[in-house]
Amino acid sequence: MQYIPNIIFVIALIAGIGYFTKNIRKVIRNIRLGKDVDRTDNKKERFNNMARIALGQSKMVRRPVSGILHVIVYVGFIIINIEVLEIIIDGVLGTHRIFRFLGGFYDFLIGSFEILAFLVFVGVVIFWIRRNVIRLKRFWNPEMKGWPKNDGNLILYFEMVLMTLFLVMNAADFQLQSMGAEHYAQAGAYPVSQYISPLFSGMSEATLILVERGAWWIHILGILVFLNYLYFSKHLHILLAFPNTYYGDLRLKGQMDNLEAVTKEVMLMMDPNADPFAAPAEDEAEAEPEKFGASDVTDLNWVQLLNSYTCTECGRCTSECPANQTGKKLSPRKIMMDTRDRLQEVGDNIDKNGSFVDDGKQLLNDYISPEELWACTSCNACVEACPVSISPLSIILDMRRYLVMEQSAAPSDLNNMMSNIENNGAPWPFNQMDRLNWSEE
Amino acid sequence: MSEAVKVPTMAEYMAEGKRPEVLFWVGCAGSFDDRAKKITKAFVKLLHSSKVDFAVLGTEESCTGDPAKRSGNEFLFQMQAVTNIEVMNAYEIKKVVTACPHCFNTLKNEYPALGGDYEVMHHTQFLKSLLDEGRLTVEGGKFKGKRITFHDPCYLGRANDVYEAPRDLLRKLEVELIEMKRCKRNGLCCGAGGAQMFKEPESGNKDVNVERTEDALETKPDIIAAGCPFCNTMMTDGVKSKEKEDSIEVMDVAELIANAQDL
Repeated sequence: MQYIPNIIFVIALIAGIGYFTKNIRKVIRNIRLGKDVDRTDNKKERFNNMARIALGQSKMVRRPVSGILHVIVYVGFIIINIEVLEIIIDGVLGTHRIFRFLGGFYDFLIGSFEILAFLVFVGVVIFWIRRNVIRLKRFWNPEMKGWPKNDGNLILYFEMVLMTLFLVMNAADFQLQSMGAEHYAQAGAYPVSQYISPLFSGMSEATLILVERGAWWIHILGILVFLNYLYFSKHLHILLAFPNTYYGDLRLKGQMDNLEAVTKEVMLMMDPNADPFAAPAEDEAEAEPEKFGASDVTDLNWVQLLNSYTCTECGRCTSECPANQTGKKLSPRKIMMDTRDRLQEVGDNIDKNGSFVDDGKQLLNDYISPEELWACTSCNACVEACPVSISPLSIILDMRRYLVMEQSAAPSDLNNMMSNIENNGAPWPFNQMDRLNWSEE
Repeated sequence: MSEAVKVPTMAEYMAEGKRPEVLFWVGCAGSFDDRAKKITKAFVKLLHSSKVDFAVLGTEESCTGDPAKRSGNEFLFQMQAVTNIEVMNAYEIKKVVTACPHCFNTLKNEYPALGGDYEVMHHTQFLKSLLDEGRLTVEGGKFKGKRITFHDPCYLGRANDVYEAPRDLLRKLEVELIEMKRCKRNGLCCGAGGAQMFKEPESGNKDVNVERTEDALETKPDIIAAGCPFCNTMMTDGVKSKEKEDSIEVMDVAELIANAQDL
């Protein structure tokens, strides 16, 4: 009978990690629905980017207040996970504070975790205030209504509760240790929870053990629930920020890729030896004609799809966007959220039907309107602002390509501009033969 | 714009069996827009005074394809690119300078994969290199002590990480260079990029150029310096909308240098 808690713990652990793994596999499968793009080059530079931008949070701190608070929560999260390791071992083996043999170093560790947990708690409370009391504009854009807003707050509540449970568990433990309770040998330093423990001073040993065990169990089960919450939340960024910064575009921001399929056609058109009446080669005739640009998520490349899952809806892109600042409908964050939501919808469709069954929907129009796409100035402010190397711009431009090359659906002004370029080599209706007239004026 | 300037073409150079040091890519705005033509001329004056051996393509130059590409018309872009590359490669061009950041970005970053590999410089970078080589002297002249703020063109700054060349030149003019609160990598777009120059803006509550002009006006400038003919248009319109055109001028960095020397 004494092994029942251990068995329950192991079952909870396996279930928690198992369900999470299953969902992460779905994320990876969905990302792989994207078109291929080679990002195997420059491994060293990519690794450096990941170390600097994701691990080192270099772009987060460009906005000092949210940046520094984020660093605290992030460092706390990573370091407190060492304690989770101990909790897991204790849970499996039925031990209590198995790392206590580390002696003075253990005291130092527990002491640091406590201080970090307290700082994380404070940081998260400030985040909550920024969202809900100060109501920073970027958290109240139209795309933040409903689930995105609740998701943001839920994450903060989760963290508040987890940090509280951790400190309560320690406070009860500290009280039990000072009472000399069995199994609660002196171990650890409690710079924060020692101030909570007086709350428990009148309690009996049995009640204290109940509090300590209760907090311990809810804390670790809470962590497992939170782990599984990630898949349903913008909070996936805590994992995906790393691959996303690694696979980010290394080129100068101004460089837009040249479509290879177009290059082939153009080169053929320019080749004086090409026979315009030649029958297509056999294999060519059977190949599906290439679709230009993107109207749905499967037309985007896998890095763009990874970008969409990585986005944590912080809204720095949108707050820097000149179109958004001047009241246009475009919000780069919404582009990322729409891409992710549509990708998730396509993924769920595949899960349900075995393979994708046409649902009569696509990313264009059903999620992102042409009006949003045409408001973009391609200024790269959103790309520069993103703390985790997401490029909303690349999706916008790929969707414009679809609108123009597949649907001829450019605004009429742009059609005029393009026919001018075609006819006279300038976006305005001036004769190419007049190009040097300025020198004589 | 009364005086004609001597501008040799690549064809003339070819006929004489010579090759210039650099091709000056004028661009559509620099060729056809009345305001931008002044920038072109100012830059040519500086090239002459620095004794730079340059030529233009003249009637053989055609749009780089940038606005078509940013609109999504990759076909038109590549047709333009391949045609231009054929012309430039026929003239064995090695080095290109342009006063337009959009041409600069496209020639520099998007032409190489299509067979057009050149050393491409923005005119502020080129002028800076002339200055460093001692071929160009920049003196304060009539702008000495004036309050000047520089608007970073997106396609020069964020797109290509060029922030210092134009500022170095302005400092040489002994002006009081004041930064806007949003500058360099945080600079706000003028509203013309991504082919917006050629269309009406989508509906909103403000024009981007007005928003950006307000940034500039906060610095209480005598002059707003630009490095892009489209930014120049947008900022000029912005200043007009604020009815400040009598007290604040919008000028290209090349114009400031040329005018300071009364060229």
